[in-house]
Amino acid sequence: MSGILSLTTFSPLIGVAAILLIRLFGREGQEEAAARAARWIALVTTLATFALSIVVVASFDAHQAGFQMVENQPWFAGFRYRMGVDGLSVLFVLLTAFLLPLCIAASWTSIKERVLEYMIAFLVLETLMIGVFCALDLIVFYLFFEGQLMPMFLIIGVWGGQRRVYAAYKFFLYTLLGSVLMLAAILAMIGITHTSSIPDLLTYHFDPKLQVVLWLAFLASFAVKLPMWPVHTWLPDAHVEAPTAGSVILAGILLKMGGYGFLRFSVPMFPNASHTFAPLMFALSVVAIVYTSLVAFRQTDVKKLIAYSSVAHMGFVTMGIFSGTLQGEQGAIFQMLSHGLISGALFLCVGVVYDRMHTREIAFYGGLTARMPWYAAVFMLFSLGNVGLPGTSGFVGEILSLVGVYRASTWTAIFAATGVILSATYALTLYRRMMFDPLTNPKLETITDLEPRETAIFTPLIIGTVALGLAPWLVLNLTMASAAKYVALYQLFGGG
Amino acid sequence: MNLANAMMLALPELFLAISALALLLVGAMLRPSAVAVWVASGAALIVAAVLAAIGPLGTAFAGGFVADQAAAFAKVAIYLATAVALFLGSGWLGRLKARQFEYPILILLSALGMGIMASSGDLISLYVGVELQSLAAYVLAAFRRDDAKASEAALKYFVLGALSSGLLLYGASLIYGFAGSVKFADIAVAAHAGAANGVLFGLVFLICGLAFKVSAAPFHMWIPDVYEGAPTPVVAFFAAAPKLAAMVLFARALADAFPGAADQWRQVLIVIAVISMLLGAFAGLVQKNLKRLWAYSSIANIGYALVGLSAGTQEGVQAMLVFMVLYMIDVTGFFACLMALNRDGKPMETMDDMAGLMRERPGMALAMTAFAVSAIGFPPFSGFWAKVYVFKAIIDAGYGWVAVVGLVSSVVAAFYYLRLVKVMWFDPPGGAVDAGPADARGVAFAAALFSFPVVLVALIGLDPLAKSAASAFGLG
Repeated sequence: MSGILSLTTFSPLIGVAAILLIRLFGREGQEEAAARAARWIALVTTLATFALSIVVVASFDAHQAGFQMVENQPWFAGFRYRMGVDGLSVLFVLLTAFLLPLCIAASWTSIKERVLEYMIAFLVLETLMIGVFCALDLIVFYLFFEGQLMPMFLIIGVWGGQRRVYAAYKFFLYTLLGSVLMLAAILAMIGITHTSSIPDLLTYHFDPKLQVVLWLAFLASFAVKLPMWPVHTWLPDAHVEAPTAGSVILAGILLKMGGYGFLRFSVPMFPNASHTFAPLMFALSVVAIVYTSLVAFRQTDVKKLIAYSSVAHMGFVTMGIFSGTLQGEQGAIFQMLSHGLISGALFLCVGVVYDRMHTREIAFYGGLTARMPWYAAVFMLFSLGNVGLPGTSGFVGEILSLVGVYRASTWTAIFAATGVILSATYALTLYRRMMFDPLTNPKLETITDLEPRETAIFTPLIIGTVALGLAPWLVLNLTMASAAKYVALYQLFGGG
Repeated sequence: MNLANAMMLALPELFLAISALALLLVGAMLRPSAVAVWVASGAALIVAAVLAAIGPLGTAFAGGFVADQAAAFAKVAIYLATAVALFLGSGWLGRLKARQFEYPILILLSALGMGIMASSGDLISLYVGVELQSLAAYVLAAFRRDDAKASEAALKYFVLGALSSGLLLYGASLIYGFAGSVKFADIAVAAHAGAANGVLFGLVFLICGLAFKVSAAPFHMWIPDVYEGAPTPVVAFFAAAPKLAAMVLFARALADAFPGAADQWRQVLIVIAVISMLLGAFAGLVQKNLKRLWAYSSIANIGYALVGLSAGTQEGVQAMLVFMVLYMIDVTGFFACLMALNRDGKPMETMDDMAGLMRERPGMALAMTAFAVSAIGFPPFSGFWAKVYVFKAIIDAGYGWVAVVGLVSSVVAAFYYLRLVKVMWFDPPGGAVDAGPADARGVAFAAALFSFPVVLVALIGLDPLAKSAASAFGLG
């Protein structure tokens, strides 16, 4: 099945071409019809990509630790176009392709301005996101990784809220600064090893002193992307201003690239440096978990609250990755996938009431259970998933990360475990204030429950969250072989 | 080496010189329609590019003229870029009813100077090439002589240009005095044999003079005024081909005449490059006029190109050549955009003029976005590949910190390029935009398409070409 990864990656561009044709040949006065056509084209394209990604996962051999479905074509200047997936990346391809149709559906009625451009931006973004997880060449990886900034900049800036320009700039410049340092490290690695192939670089042992420099450069990029405390401040702004679907993509996939980068590059390529800096990463993770949970508690804006909770949950990811244990790595991957579903769903939940009331102030709402019982049930499920209730996917990721890190650093695990309690505090308080308090705001009298379209969006997310919570081996079996290989390598070189 | 062989080596330049003189005579005596002269000049440039591409390799005129892969590479790029600039100028002046036959002839003479720069093998041809190119350029800058701003720009350009020529000549005379020869090969021997201090002193002046020609900081003062004041098609011309010619000359003078002093000139170049990158990034932040902004952008970009050169390796020269070719295409496209955008017959030249362009003229806005994004060095646009080449070269040469400074300065510069994107995409429209002329729009779209996605394929061909061109220099 060679070529399937490229096909999956670039399939959204077919939709882009179709929408561009509409744009070029559309007649004056038919904007409404063009917008409708663009929505359908985008939905069909993303569904087709999702089907392709299922083919990718189905043809993935879980017993192999190495890269599969590899494509390798010469390009120029020694760079090669290399694609391939292993246990670390294959499920992220699925997650991306899974979330995108939901994003398109979530934007169906809320985006009324410049619909064609909006759909193009999302489809291009999908290609770039899938490409990041499939790329096996440093330069190709960087292309996809960095390329996402521009569509996301436009999504926030054109279709965002009040302070969208500020948020878009902040997002772009923060991420760019981190990325260029990584670019310098990438160029240095190519210069030293004379190859840009990720599989080859994974077997290359860099000089330990050099590892420190390279590791820090990669940290600059991934820490901003993830984001880790204290470089997380762009995230709440970006989330608040982005349109709902933009927030879903941000929380669901873009953040995961930071964690994926640590897993793919930092730990296996620079094991000595990773081992040296593990205490630092533990400390930053604990601060992220505790501090941002407390900050989340004080928020008055729903989206901001969920954004801070994302930072806290990513703390579990970094902690698990740098624990250097199998449980930790598996837990980190699981946590990222699960958070992709849950935080995406939470942002969609916010979108539901925002579309109706056009405000995200927590104080505005209250007593929604009376008017929107189904909505309240859905919100409840994802809030509990966010807290990490057993039976939801959130629980598995957190417990595995905690077990893994307990073996590497007991104190880290103890402090981080308080994050579970803190997350319950803010999530349940939010739920009480929005859903249970008496309905005092007269504007809420007429609010309506979920429409069929919204139900259709939430159903797959609910199934995913519960399925992963009850049957975590669905994920863990696929990631096992690759994660075990990297952990073994890390312990060999890093002396962990 | 007999005369016939020498003529064959210099055929592209001889052809250009004869064409320019013949057209001048015809234009003055027979008074044909100006269009015919324009067309003939364009044809002459394209023929010269073909001749340069297929011509024989070797040295002629006692080593004063070098026709090697590097010269051929540079000349093809220079002549083609000049032809495009000529095409843009033709449409623009035609619309102003000011299409005179002198304009293409000046362009031809300037191109001839650039060809000689690319081929120079001694200090004499170096100076002759530089002066021929510059003198024609001064006149071009003042071509709209009834425009006060253009005249001011041209005068500034001329006075400062003369100063830099003085520096160049002074350096050349010192080098000649201490090395005893004007030929690059002999200077290399003398510099090696111990006449070092005087020659190095001359080298610094030479570098200063050339840095002025490429408008690297701190010799950049002329360029914002000239870009702002000169007619836009003339700026499109200045911004592309002459920069490449000067950079190739830079490489040739340093690599052929001072291969033994690489450690010395590398220091100077790194300082110039770092100042240029930082100044271009920071000074651009406060600019409102887009032509002026792109002047600062060009200072920064020349800084990047000099980074490649200062690596002092064959890889570095290759990187510089790739960088300059990609940059030339981007910058030509950008100025073509500016020429295509008018509101009520007036050119749109400030940041505010571009407000809401995405709604008014989505095609032009997309092209401008491509150039702005490419200038950030954002993948997968051509500006990204250009930067990858130069920074990889300097990192491989062991100067990783220069790459870090360059990359961080590119993040600073990203702020003003992003502002252009922001103004075009986010802001409400500022009024109807005229349907632009087809010629400028065509060039803009072609360049934007090259910037992405054509560049991804074009580099497969450009990479080995630049590599063989760089191998013509005697660097490791």
